[in-house]
Amino acid sequence: MADQILDAKGLNCPLPILRAKKALKTMSEGQKLKILATDPGSVKDFEAFCRTTGNELLESKQDGDVYEFLIKKTA
Amino acid sequence: MTKENETKSMSLIVTKGSLDWAYPPFILATTAAAMGFNVTMFFTFYGLGLLKKDLKLNLTTLGNPAMQMPMMGMHMAMPNILSALPGAGALTGAMMKNLLKKKGVASIEELRELAVEADIELIACQMTLDLFEYDVKDMIEGISLGGAATYIEVAAKSDINLFI
Repeated sequence: MADQILDAKGLNCPLPILRAKKALKTMSEGQKLKILATDPGSVKDFEAFCRTTGNELLESKQDGDVYEFLIKKTA
Repeated sequence: MTKENETKSMSLIVTKGSLDWAYPPFILATTAAAMGFNVTMFFTFYGLGLLKKDLKLNLTTLGNPAMQMPMMGMHMAMPNILSALPGAGALTGAMMKNLLKKKGVASIEELRELAVEADIELIACQMTLDLFEYDVKDMIEGISLGGAATYIEVAAKSDINLFI
């Protein structure tokens, strides 16, 4: 279950990442952020974002044209 | 992973001020900031115009055969003879802005605001300011002025340095 959901559908690089960072900033450690995006580049980008920032990418899946990510705030 | 004492940093030299060339530095700077980097952008020559409050960005179509705009299901390049006409830059600039909006790409104004919000350090080149007779009053708030030595000091300490 996500504590917060970010709808980044229709947004292109780098907005999904920037919006996700903004959302994570308002959350506390251990909370989970779910992100919905349509940018195919966001798959690799969220992996890189999480590796670099130390946040945990719990889930990355695709449902039709929509990509869904679940990030646990750990940093 | 990123601890206070091992914060990574990035510097960018921004030398170009057309709509198409404004994107790479602002996209990379805001993304790096979102990934926890300390970011410094140094605006020099034509890049300095990107700090003006009022941005009127156009495209560089003349002598740019790689620029092909999607149009009616095809890709069209603009012949130099048309690019040379007055207003061609403004026209293609307007077309590009429409396209960017349609594709959910942020505007340069939006990315610049995000850069300011993310505490990215924006340094305007003092020499360019004098050379092109720009007034610092016409520039956005929160920028600082500096020169080559200021940049070198930042670059020497940065993990990534880009010249765009």
